[in-house]
Amino acid sequence: MKKDPSIATDTELLPSAVPAWRDPAKRAIVFQVAALLLVAAVSYYLYSNTQSNLERQSIATGFGFLDMEAGFEIGESVVEYSAADSYADALLVGALNTIKVSFIGVILTIILGTVVGVARLSSNWLISKLAAGYIEVMQNIPVLLQLFFWYAIFYESFPSPRQALNPFEGVFLCNRGLIFGVPESHAVHGTMAWAFVAALAIGWLLNRWGRRRQAETGQIFPAVRVTLALGIVLPLLAWVFAGSPTAMDIPELRGFNFTGGVTVSPEFSALLLGLVFYTAAFVAEIVRAGIQSVSRGQVEAAMAVGLRPGQVLHLVILPQALRVIIPPLTSQMLNLTKNSSLAIAIGYADFVAVTNTTINQTGQAIEGVALIMLIYLSFSLSTSLFMNWYNKKMALVER
Amino acid sequence: MRLSRLTVLVIILSLLAAGVAFAGKDLDAVKKKGFIQAGVNGGVFGFGMPDSKGVWKGLDVDTARAFAAAIFGDASKVKFTPLTAQQRFTALQSGEIDVLTRNATRTLSRETQLGLNFVTVNYYDGQGFMIAKKLGVKSAKDLDGATVCVLPGTTTEQNAADYFRSNNMKWNPVVIESTSELAKTFFAGRCDVLTSDASQLAGTRAVAPNPNDYAIMPEIISKEPLAPAVRHGDDQFRDIVDFAVLAMINAEEMGITSKNVDAKLKSKDPMVQRFLGVIEGNGKSLGLDEKWAYNIIKQVGNYGEIFERNVGVNTTLGIERGLNALWTNGGLMYSPPFK
Repeated sequence: MKKDPSIATDTELLPSAVPAWRDPAKRAIVFQVAALLLVAAVSYYLYSNTQSNLERQSIATGFGFLDMEAGFEIGESVVEYSAADSYADALLVGALNTIKVSFIGVILTIILGTVVGVARLSSNWLISKLAAGYIEVMQNIPVLLQLFFWYAIFYESFPSPRQALNPFEGVFLCNRGLIFGVPESHAVHGTMAWAFVAALAIGWLLNRWGRRRQAETGQIFPAVRVTLALGIVLPLLAWVFAGSPTAMDIPELRGFNFTGGVTVSPEFSALLLGLVFYTAAFVAEIVRAGIQSVSRGQVEAAMAVGLRPGQVLHLVILPQALRVIIPPLTSQMLNLTKNSSLAIAIGYADFVAVTNTTINQTGQAIEGVALIMLIYLSFSLSTSLFMNWYNKKMALVER
Repeated sequence: MRLSRLTVLVIILSLLAAGVAFAGKDLDAVKKKGFIQAGVNGGVFGFGMPDSKGVWKGLDVDTARAFAAAIFGDASKVKFTPLTAQQRFTALQSGEIDVLTRNATRTLSRETQLGLNFVTVNYYDGQGFMIAKKLGVKSAKDLDGATVCVLPGTTTEQNAADYFRSNNMKWNPVVIESTSELAKTFFAGRCDVLTSDASQLAGTRAVAPNPNDYAIMPEIISKEPLAPAVRHGDDQFRDIVDFAVLAMINAEEMGITSKNVDAKLKSKDPMVQRFLGVIEGNGKSLGLDEKWAYNIIKQVGNYGEIFERNVGVNTTLGIERGLNALWTNGGLMYSPPFK
């Protein structure tokens, strides 16, 4: 659209003298409304067309199926679930499984990615080249192939349950997964968790107090180390006061499989390893870029004023590097979450796998796919929201 | 600028309006395009799978060929779409395929909630268990605590859950999407048991590294009537698909095969004459050529022929007729009269 400079000046000088259709601001509003109406009309058309088509072919619609009995079992679950529960329960199990693998995956990815990224910058030739090799190899092999690779390792190379490896007392490794003993459930475990939370809260208060004292007197208080110590000592104290129960739930081979203890399935492990090794390669490059964005002169200056290497990292490099790292890191976290939907290829019961079964049994593909989109959208949006908040906190405060 | 926007709007709206136009009846659409699009299984030996030369082979594939022979008088006028268990019903509902012949079990919910019409069953199957012989388990009742490999997107998951629940046994499913990956996992020992339709178990066992290490257990835990399906909405098309299957069964019952069908044209038996279109009427009722049944038998064969050719005792699968024998031989294959 051609801009007429005289109109612009007219608007500024005499706003009331301009007719509405020549006012760019008002015209913009009209266009916005028209665009909005168009989108709404198209959406309504698509919706009603789908509805009438489904009705014509007498295909059931709506979310009523969520209350019906699911009738299928799920391999692993964080919460109690059986085939007698509803589809809604089954989908919840799937969603929790997705959250489980994504959450653990993201944490491990950040740790591994940071280590590899720092190693990539190492002045040691061997370490640096090893890290570079890792990044190149992992980035360039499709993640689905990596998943098959890890899964095949688990089921091909480990023995059957009857010949399970038993490296330590109560720990078994076989093609059914890693099975290990855990302390038998006891009332004190809840108390111990609360003691840990209390330790964290005390640590937070100590940290605030320490900072204020440092600002006033210049004395440094080792808040992190004290918090760590509290985090170990308080739960331990609770355990001792409860009479230090030591009963263990040891897995035992009964019939086909181990019963008791905790099982980490090969499907979960393969998915986790595949996702972590793949995504960590990208995170490593992001970390390297972030660290390199801080000019060398700053490190030298920090050392010159007498900061220790840990303090240089903590006080000078990280606050600046994180500003570069966080936005692309967020997108890698989202990638990992979304890639976890490849789980169905190797038999991990994630949200997509469970929804697929649901769609098949109920035939309600549109509702099922809508649920998948909704769940992944809310996972992604909540991750983004959190990371944006963190990014803002870390951003350079300009005055 | 504004004009062009308007143009774009008009184009978009007219494009959308084109979608509203009601697609013609299924049979008309099939006749118009000159071939029938059949959804089949892409990788189950004996039912639907291309051979080493890329030629589609299988019981379901031959059933689809029979539809083409009935409608066009030419069994080759069929195109195959390989579908996974998850895609199959959506592909049929959306009109991507005209008919589904992909060992699909007829159930009440599929017929009603999915808006499908299943026709006469072309294979009676049932779900079973396959187990490694070295585990020494003889009966499915001893499977308490077992890990079971299951293919998703079928009635299999639910059947297995029902079976273990009703027998009060614990189990742990491993659900993998691809049939071949699932078989690999099972043969490597990730699961104790593989569960699927008995016919598929036979096919999987045939490709095992060492088939004699595995046994199919005697228990059949479900009824799986596998039948071709069409969409709701075109009864004439449904009738044709239905009677094409029945024609193959009827031909076997009458002793008409692809080899002797020409000789049978001269038969004095009015039932045979009516069936083969010598006495006219059946073709007209279905809206087909009077030679439709003749074309099916001549070009594809009767039910016994396609069974023995694809899955019978002389094939790798080596499946007995069992329930799929004619009713006169103690099976369930039965055709209403062709008159």
